[in-house]
Formats: sequence, C-alpha cells, structure tokens
Amino acid sequence: MNALTRRQALTSAAAFGLSLNLLARTAYAATSSRKLVFINCRGAMDGLSVSPPIGDADYSALRGGLAITDNALKLDSHFGLHPALASVYTLAQAGQARIAPAIATPDRARSHFEAQDVLESGAGGVYGATSGWLNRAVGALQSQGKFNALSIGATAPLVLRGPAAVSSWSPGALVNPQARLPSLLMDLYRDDPLLGPALARGLETETMAQDAMREDMTAAPPADLKAYAKQGQDAARKLGDTVAGFMKESGGPQIAAISLDGFDTHANQLGLIAARLGNLDAVIDGIQKGLGSEWPNTVVLVATEFGRTARANGTGGTDHGTASTALILGGSLKRGGIIGDWPSLKGSALFENRDLAPTLDMRALFKGVLADQMGLDRKVLDTAVFPDSASVAPVSSLV
Amino acid sequence: MADRDLEAAIALTRFGLGARPGELARVRSNPKAWLLDQIRKEGADQPQANPATTQQRIAEFRDYGEAKKQAKYAKANGETPAEYDPVKMAQKQIREETGGDFAARAQLGATTDAGFRERWTLFWANHFTISATKLATATVVGPFEQEAIRPHVFGPFATLLGAAETHPAMLLYLDQAQSIGPDSPAANFLRRPPAMGVGQIDVPKRTRGVGLNENLAREILELHTVGVDGGYSQADVTEFARAMTGLSVGGLREGPATIGAPVFRPQAHEPGPRTVMGTRYPSGGKEQAGAILADLAAKPQTARFICGKIARHFIADDPPQGLIERLTQAWMSTNGDLGTVAATLISAPEAWDRRPAKFKTPYEFLISSWRAAGGSPKDIAVLAPTLTALGQKPFSPPSPKGWSDDAMSWAAPDAIVKRMAWAQKFADRATADRDPNILAAEALGAQLQPATATMIARAESRPEGLAILLMSPEFQRR
Repeated sequence: MNALTRRQALTSAAAFGLSLNLLARTAYAATSSRKLVFINCRGAMDGLSVSPPIGDADYSALRGGLAITDNALKLDSHFGLHPALASVYTLAQAGQARIAPAIATPDRARSHFEAQDVLESGAGGVYGATSGWLNRAVGALQSQGKFNALSIGATAPLVLRGPAAVSSWSPGALVNPQARLPSLLMDLYRDDPLLGPALARGLETETMAQDAMREDMTAAPPADLKAYAKQGQDAARKLGDTVAGFMKESGGPQIAAISLDGFDTHANQLGLIAARLGNLDAVIDGIQKGLGSEWPNTVVLVATEFGRTARANGTGGTDHGTASTALILGGSLKRGGIIGDWPSLKGSALFENRDLAPTLDMRALFKGVLADQMGLDRKVLDTAVFPDSASVAPVSSLV
Repeated sequence: MADRDLEAAIALTRFGLGARPGELARVRSNPKAWLLDQIRKEGADQPQANPATTQQRIAEFRDYGEAKKQAKYAKANGETPAEYDPVKMAQKQIREETGGDFAARAQLGATTDAGFRERWTLFWANHFTISATKLATATVVGPFEQEAIRPHVFGPFATLLGAAETHPAMLLYLDQAQSIGPDSPAANFLRRPPAMGVGQIDVPKRTRGVGLNENLAREILELHTVGVDGGYSQADVTEFARAMTGLSVGGLREGPATIGAPVFRPQAHEPGPRTVMGTRYPSGGKEQAGAILADLAAKPQTARFICGKIARHFIADDPPQGLIERLTQAWMSTNGDLGTVAATLISAPEAWDRRPAKFKTPYEFLISSWRAAGGSPKDIAVLAPTLTALGQKPFSPPSPKGWSDDAMSWAAPDAIVKRMAWAQKFADRATADRDPNILAAEALGAQLQPATATMIARAESRPEGLAILLMSPEFQRR
C-alpha cells in the first residue's frame, strides 16, 4: 500500500516537469563510495536570478523589476542567492555550496535543443557526439570495476545515452510477477538488439526499485494555486529523497542525473522562476537530508544549457542569452569564492551587447568534478569523456 | 515489389496506423493506389463534427479569470463570494474539454479507413507543436489542430505555415501575443511619464515591461522552416520579431466579439523597414510578417529540413539520403505542394524496405493495438494514465520541438516493461473468445515472423497470445 501511494506522489512529481535518471552500480569493490548527482535545469535557467550580482552597479538598471536585490540571500557584498533557494543558502553558509556565475558551454547558437545537445554530449560543438559525457564517464569507471547503469524516467536523456549499458525505471510499472509473459518475451527478443537488453534491464530494476521507495505520501488534490505550488515542492522533495534512497542502497547507484523542466522564462519571469527554483531547492534538500551520513561522500552539480539576456525584454521576462550560473554542492567541498571570473555587466563587457559574457567553459567544471570526486584522470577526461578538450583545464581544488 | 501481401502489410503499418481485422484483404489488390487515394485537397478528417472553436475556449477561460478576480475582491471586502468557484471550474474545463478533444482524436485514429491521411496529419501537428503544458494553451491544442493544421496538410506548405503561425494558439504558446514594437505608438504611450500629481503614489507595476519578445520568431526559423543550420543570425531573429509585432489575440479593448480571435494591432507594430536573411521588407503592417513567412516557406533550406524530418518520421531514424533528395526535389518543383510530397513518399522505392525500421511511439503503439483488436478507446480515462506513464502525456509535448521521433527516446528499459504491463491488461479485456492466431495474421499479415506465430500458437491462454502479438518485435515497430 505504501508503495502505491508513493508511486502516486512520484507520478505527480512527473506532472510538475520533474524526471530523474540514475546510474546504478552494483558489484564495484568498496574502494570508493563517492557519489555524484547531475541536475539539468532545462529551458535556459536565468543565472542572474539564481545568483543575483547584487554588487554589480549595472544589474538593477538592466533588469528593472526583474532584479533580485533587497530580498536576495546575501552570500557576500558581490553576490546573493534567489530567496527560493533557502536550502542551498544554508549549505553555502556551511561552505557546502559554491556558484560559478558566468559559465557556458562552447555553443553560442541560443537554441535550446542544440545547446542541450552540447551540454549533454560534452562535445566541443553541436553534433560532435551522439552519446552523453556522463555515460562515457561511467564507461571509464566500468573499466575499473563493474557498474550497472539505471535511468529513472519515461525517456532516456542524451547525457546517459551511449555505449555504457543503462537501465531505466519510473514509478508505476506494476508487472504481474505470476505471468509467463516476461520470460516468453525474453525468449522472443533473443536476437533483438534493441528490445532484448532493454527488457532484461527493465525487469531487473523493477525488483530493486521496491526497496528504494521507503516512505508513504498521500497527495490530496490541491485547493488553490499556492497549495498547487506547495504540492509541487513536496513532490520535488520526495523525488530528491527517493534518489537518496536509491543511492544509499547496498549496490545502489553512485551516479544519478535528474532533469527539471520549465526554465524558459520569456514572460512573467518573477513568479515562474521563483516556483522553478523552489522545486530545485526542494530536490536538493531531499537529496541532502535523505543521504544523511552519505552526504560527505556526495557532490551535486546543477547546470543549464545557456543563460538569458542581461536586459529584461518587453514582456516581463528575458530572452535567450549566453552565460548562466552553475551550482556545486557537497558535504566535503573545499571552501572558496566564486568559480571563474565575473565579467561584470558593463555595456562594453556584455557578449554581443546583450548577454552576460562567459568566463568559464562548462566542461572545465564537469572535468574538475569528475577528477576530484570520481577519481578520473586527466587523459581520460581530455579524450574519452570530453573529446578533443585538452585545452580546457579542469577547475581544481573543488573537493 | 511483386509480393502484394507484403506491400499491403507495409502500407497499413508503416504508412498507416496499423491494420484492423479485414483491412489487409481489402487493401491487397492495390496497396499503393489505396495510399495515394487518401491524398485529398480538402485536407485531413476532423475528429469532431462540431468542435468548440479556439475563440470560444479562450473567451471561456478569460471569463474564469475575471470571475476569480471578482471573487477575490468580494472576499477582501468582507462579502460572501459566490458558490461558483472559478479556479475549480477552470480546472474542470481543462480536464474535460482537453480530454474530450484528445479522446476524439484517438477514436478517429483507431477507426479510420484512411490511416495514412491521419499519420500524415499527426506529423504536421507535431511539427507545429502547441502544448497543453502552458496554462494559456491548455484548452486549445485540439481546436488548433482542427482549425490550423487539418484543413491544410495536402495543400501548399506556405498556406499551412501562415495558418499555424498566425493562429491565436501559436501566438499564445510562443509569447507573440504580448510582444510590442519598442518604438511603436503603443510602447511610447505605455512609457509616457506619469500625470502631474499622481506620479509619486501611482507607481507602475515594476515588472510590466514594454517591448519585444523574440520567442516565436526564433522557433519559426529554428523549428518550423529553415532549421537551426538554415543560415540565420541573432540579428535576423530580432528583425523578424520586430516585423511580427502587432500580431496578437483579441482582448477586451477590441470588444467582446473579438476576444480570443486573431487581431493585428497597428499601434503595436514596430514602424520601419526590416531586413531578414538578406532580404529587405518595406515598412508596412501585418503584410510585412506575411511576406517574410512566404519567403521562408519558399527557401530550399526549409524544403531540405522538413523533407529530412518526413523521411525520419516515416521510414527510419537514419533515413536513406536518396529518399530525402527525392522528397526535396518534389517539394522544390511544386513550391512545397504537400500532396505531391506525400505522393512522392508513397512512390519512393526506399520507403518499401521489407524490415520495419521505426520503433512505434507510445501513441502509435496504443492506437495500433486498438486497431489490431478491432476496437476503439472509450474515453480519456483509459488513455491518459498509460500515455503519461510511457512518457507521452496527452497533448503535452515537453517543448516546442514536439515529441521525439527516434527509438532511443522511446525504447528505454522501463518503457518496455510498462508496455508489457499494459499489453497484459489490455489483452485480458480485449480477447474474449477471439483467436489470437487470427488476430495476429490480420494485424501483421506478411510481416508476422515465424517465431512470433509459433509462440502465439503455443500460448496458454487467449490473452497471453494477444499480449505476445502486441509485444512482438514486429508489432512494436512499423
């Protein structure tokens, strides 16, 4: 019964644009319990709202009513965090969260789909790779020991697609275990390169999933918009908690990837982004609290495909831009200020006179995390995980 | 191509939505002619004979918004609000009306004798995606399809493009309705200094901006016409967005009769000539955007981009270049006559490879299952939970790019387990006293593989036999 209501909760999470994917590892020797969660905020998340540059003299004038100033959660005299990111702020004050406020992929086309492909493939440009960097990182880790890959969510995201095998799971499959059908189909799919491996992994994970869903949560229909938002955040927190549940299981996943949708704020940005960042904060809070004693072994990485225009547009929103903010969180982060330089918002410093200019290549941050947290060496990162990227040095001293 | 049985099976499954019992036998005498006969100038079939219009739906939705404001006002003044709860009413409207529209479309798909015509239509509806994920367009996805897409799917592409981009649903979905020319009379009026004496108190809403929104302009270029590699720049996007200012959806200011209707507001249109992709367009009103759309429709990049998508949708995730070439030539030599492009696809030898290369989307899988069983989905309650669990929530593609069209997106391990669980339940209900061996022969014909036929014949029950058919590698593909 608990499992059922839990499923309902997760189904409602899906309705709020949340989906998640996990990479499970099984029999890897206990040399490391290091964990990594990648959160992809799709739709071009506005970095200037995530980490408002409250010390930049041009910020308020460019953003007008969209500027987050008085109510920003102050990190120092230069930067703050959006008021919806209360849990992230608590972690930042403990030295367990840092911002990279002017980061971008190598792509400059301002197309969501092209930029998401570049962000997830880890390539130097569009169509540079047909598999994802996280999948190739798993491949490299598999060469050191056995890894199983698991994606949760109805569709598989590019970041996890590739030669390293991945499983997937999402709530609600409810297979009748008494039926003969699964084994008959396994037989029928023997020579099918697509359906055979997919069904085998699907069945395997269905069993494992039961244990990860630990708590009961009964979701009542929301009474009004506020309750609706609250329910979204509760579902987001449960989602984070379930990810943590998977990762804490013996033989559970060490790497997880989650997608949050809905950051494309062309209009009415103030309300929209507060709701979306509230969900992001709740997911992170769920992961952190759910992991408990495993939190010091964990890094959470939050990124988006590109940022938004420095100026507000004509409809209370912002259009497609270039640099944005990435977040890195973890129980064992090294202390430090912002990651990368701040280019400022002066007219002459804006990229193409419209966007925050990038000062840091997204791959440098990803490489730094994979090196420090997962122990991958520079050569593998420069060639296999991020092809032809020797000139992009990893950010050092993160963990 | 001597094998008529194989041709009939391909015509019904790859080009159509799957075979209903008896259909293979009817189509067998001339499968290609059966397909070609489905192309007709008047366009696609309509799921609902007397559908609600987009204008009615938008007006209705605004009424709820007004009622909500009044209820709030009444409450603030200590009055008892009316029994009627506008928020609940709006939620009910979304659920029932959108659900009804979707069920009607699924019923048409499950029962039509012109399966290719419906598949061709679904391709274009997905090309010009409107999603119910946005509140403002939650109730108009179905009406948009009926008004802007279905009548035009076999006519000139320029007509379809014009109908889709200027339709109120599209103007709302991609934020065009609120875009105002920064130097237009409307913008200057809204920016005027406050009147003497009230300026200090009457602080304008800080977030209420006045100006351009380039969302629709960008997506037209990137997704609907020339494609992301079509050779346009950021400056072209902005110029195109300026040209489209003024295109909006009627509100109270135009009077009650035009609420929800497409309108052009000359006072919101950015004055001056525009240059888009090297072509200069003189000053004007809505004909400025119209001229740019017409030029985009005629570009060879548009032909190539969309013909590539057609080949990918119907034939293979990685389609033969020769087929794309053939379709592009047909498009260019007829100024984008979509009926000719459809006929070219049907006649192309590359389209008739014996192996089914495409993995069905969840919607295609469900509709073809109902067709195989000779049935039709009763209502939205039997469709929505399954499609949502399989990743294809009704009328709710996650972005303007629409639903994915490749096996990698839909054949994740969990999705296969979910399809299997659904097939089990469906087969329990659908089989009754029918012979699954016959259902399999009628659904797949010459595409039915010996291994599947043997396993169905040895099934321990009728439902198990039907479930094996629905989950067989050849039924999962088309």
